[in-house]
Amino acid sequence: MTIDWLHFTPWTALAGGALIGLAAALLWWLTGRIAGISGLVGGLLTLPGDWPLRLAFTAGLIAAPLLWQQFAPLPTIELSASFAWMLAAGLVVGVGVKLGSGCTSGHGVCGLARLSPRSLAATLSFMATGFITVWLLRHVLGG
Amino acid sequence: MHQSARTVAAGLVGLLFGVGLIVAGMANPAKVLAFLDLAGAWDPSLALVMGGAIGVALPAFALSRRRDSGWLGARFDWPRASQIDRRLLMGSALFGVGWGMAGICPGPALVLLGAGVPEAFGFVAAMLVGIGLAGKLWPAR
Repeated sequence: MTIDWLHFTPWTALAGGALIGLAAALLWWLTGRIAGISGLVGGLLTLPGDWPLRLAFTAGLIAAPLLWQQFAPLPTIELSASFAWMLAAGLVVGVGVKLGSGCTSGHGVCGLARLSPRSLAATLSFMATGFITVWLLRHVLGG
Repeated sequence: MHQSARTVAAGLVGLLFGVGLIVAGMANPAKVLAFLDLAGAWDPSLALVMGGAIGVALPAFALSRRRDSGWLGARFDWPRASQIDRRLLMGSALFGVGWGMAGICPGPALVLLGAGVPEAFGFVAAMLVGIGLAGKLWPAR
């Protein structure tokens, strides 16, 4: 393993992480909801009684880059895969988060922060396959 | 009245969450993939994103255990599921595969959508199809 010191951004990572944690804490204290993005957004599909809250949170996330652009240009977004590949990835993510009842935010941030063994198991699972998938695609298949 | 206040709060919190993702570098798929690439030039930044987020959220959850409700009359909706079963592990494993394919998880996908990235529209649409499909084909008992 070699660490890419050139692209390592410890301070913005910590600061951004703290903001994410603050948002999760505020959603919990202000609405009583776990900030699990896949669950909040995915739940919109069945139009439950709490859809306005789900929609508001989702809209806030989508509006974040628009707000950002009022003050500064967005940081670089590098995306190299084809549109078809993105569709496939999105489909796999969707099925996975539904069956796994959560994603990086619900299990990885909120679940670990409330010391849930179930979320720890989920997080270890998706981190492991995330590492393996990138290793396969980049170093075995050479994509 | 409190209910609409909570809805407004959710919108502002979503905004804050999205700004956090942008600051953290999570809205750049290449950076996420560089974190997942242990065998390549590894960028450990995202471990600090998770550490920073948990560091702030952990005391907030811990403090809430002593009471029934938060602010604005919000009742703490503690997740009830606790079992670690095949569904959880297989689903999460599958999510990790998709995450590794694109470097995008659901939160950043929505931020990229707002940034007008064309691929993000496809990703989010396919993700919603996946969520709907999985809910239909394999409903939770």
